[in-house]
Amino acid sequence: MDTFVQQLINGLTIGSIYALIALGYTMVYGILRLINFAHGDIYMVGAYAGFMLAVALGFSSEPSAIGFGVTLIGAMAIAAALGMAIERFAYRPVRKFSKMTTLITAIGMSLLIEYLFIFFFTPTPRSFPQLLPVGSITLFGNATISTSQIMIFVVSLLLMGLLQWIIFKTKMGKAMRAVSFNLDSAKLMGINTDFVIAFTFALGSALAAAGGVLTAQYNPKIDPLMGIMTGLKAFVAAVLGGIGNIPGAVLGGLLIGAAETLVVGYGGHIGIPSTYRDAVAFAILIIVLLVRPAGLLGSNVQEKV
Amino acid sequence: MSSWVKSLIFGIIAIAVLYVVNAMMSATGFFGVGVNDYQGRLLVFIAINIILATSLNLINGFTGQFSIGHAGFMAVGAYASAYFTVTYGKAIEASFSFLGETGAGSVVLIIAILIGALVAATMGLIVGIPSLRLKGDYLAIVTLGFAEIIRIVILNIDAVGGATGYQVPGYANFLWIGIFAIITVVVIHNIVKSDTGRALISIREDELAAEAMGVNTTRYKVTSFVIGSAFAGVAGVLFAHYNKFLHTNDFQFIKSFEIIIMIVIGGMGSMTGAILGAIIVTLLPEVLRQLPDIQIGATTFKFADLRLVIFALILIVTMIVRPQGILGTMEIGGFFKRFRRADKDTGGLT
Repeated sequence: MDTFVQQLINGLTIGSIYALIALGYTMVYGILRLINFAHGDIYMVGAYAGFMLAVALGFSSEPSAIGFGVTLIGAMAIAAALGMAIERFAYRPVRKFSKMTTLITAIGMSLLIEYLFIFFFTPTPRSFPQLLPVGSITLFGNATISTSQIMIFVVSLLLMGLLQWIIFKTKMGKAMRAVSFNLDSAKLMGINTDFVIAFTFALGSALAAAGGVLTAQYNPKIDPLMGIMTGLKAFVAAVLGGIGNIPGAVLGGLLIGAAETLVVGYGGHIGIPSTYRDAVAFAILIIVLLVRPAGLLGSNVQEKV
Repeated sequence: MSSWVKSLIFGIIAIAVLYVVNAMMSATGFFGVGVNDYQGRLLVFIAINIILATSLNLINGFTGQFSIGHAGFMAVGAYASAYFTVTYGKAIEASFSFLGETGAGSVVLIIAILIGALVAATMGLIVGIPSLRLKGDYLAIVTLGFAEIIRIVILNIDAVGGATGYQVPGYANFLWIGIFAIITVVVIHNIVKSDTGRALISIREDELAAEAMGVNTTRYKVTSFVIGSAFAGVAGVLFAHYNKFLHTNDFQFIKSFEIIIMIVIGGMGSMTGAILGAIIVTLLPEVLRQLPDIQIGATTFKFADLRLVIFALILIVTMIVRPQGILGTMEIGGFFKRFRRADKDTGGLT
């Protein structure tokens, strides 16, 4: 039982990260119907931005909550700027073209970011400095939860709450919902759709960067290709919850994280070796899409003729 | 001249050219004229990529079904055939020893190709039937998911080397790879020109209208997916038996993306476009490798290290400037045909 609780805690930790990244995928898809393949790489950029900031500002020498906060917010700001730049220079020119074109542009952008980072930082993994005091709390007998895990839960809950507030309580959020409902009508209503789309990219990228910094605290090894698999799984999480649906992305992320960790922990008993870890997300995805293509929380859209 | 005589002459010339190039790759060269190992390897990869690109073009370009898991089927073909040649290759070679060493090796290769194509086609059927009910992005993601699952499953099969990689006997040479590239192009070209091809294109243009006109869309979509997968399997077989070493890292989804990039750069739904794209995507990183170092102040910038960055940039710029790819749905030969057969209306399809 103790190990089960422990596995669940670890699973939900990874799941929260997936959820943070999945939110960006789901928002961009909701508005532009675009799978932003570069989103996983923005998560990587966030981790690197945090790393550079922490080293440059000298937070790496002494763990402190302030240092961590500054690093986190700095990385989120850098990633938000990057997200807006990508939207402006790569996605906006191809927005009117076919779906295939936008998707290839996204793939190209993803490759561009990865190769640029390999060029500047070399493919060798770097170790992220410890910014938070190391410690852990014991729960339910043997299960423990470390400070970095607590931080992941707290920060991701805060950010998700903030996102919920932005989308449902602010004017900008109303504009975002309008644009995702129908871009052309929103434009006719006087909404500056270009700005709303840029804002969505900034928001999603900031969340992904937060995910990057938080992961780097939990598992302090960062490399330029770290965003590929995590990004794909986060995307799977978004589809699982129902793409375009914000609570769905969070639910999907937590489910994927928990399922993955439980397979690693218990799969051996039922004949699934732990090396199948990366396949779990895709297997769940395929089953869900075949049974309920709209995702767990998504609404079924009837095709218009 | 009747058309089969033309085909025969074309076939003989093609095989002769391939034979000469193949001889040029050997240590002695063709009457002293040779290409080095590096150039030979590039030619081989161009041929393999042509098979991959044209077969994916059948699914993506002509049928309009967005698959991004082509590398998975390539992996299935490669590993299935490699397991066969490693296990039975020597025995079959021995029983066909009367054909000489090259002949016996070719027999093994042809059986391996049939096995690879069959297994990949079966896998295409298994993946295709459930997933082709989905459309657009969802189909793309499911094919990507299946390809990743295939790769991870293979990675966990110890009989084919698992994570350490798999040594494969090198039965394939440029002659065979070139022949199969030509076979692939001819077969897919003929499919596209046939009734089936018309049905596939009608699905791409408007699935609902095609269905209303009595086209069994599900059947045709699965057919094109299975044929495409079979040829991806053939490419996998040739890759395995040329490279002599297999590792699942060669079949990550980045490989699927690479094949997509080929057909998108060349022009989706164009045979010659796919071929052109395969050549460009194979050669471009190698050409960029030749870029010089530039000295600015105390630091040297190795531009050759930026080749993949430049490659990605070219991809993005192509999409912005010419989203339909270099050729769009046109064919290279189509331009001349327009003058020659002005009376024949092709209905806007080339």
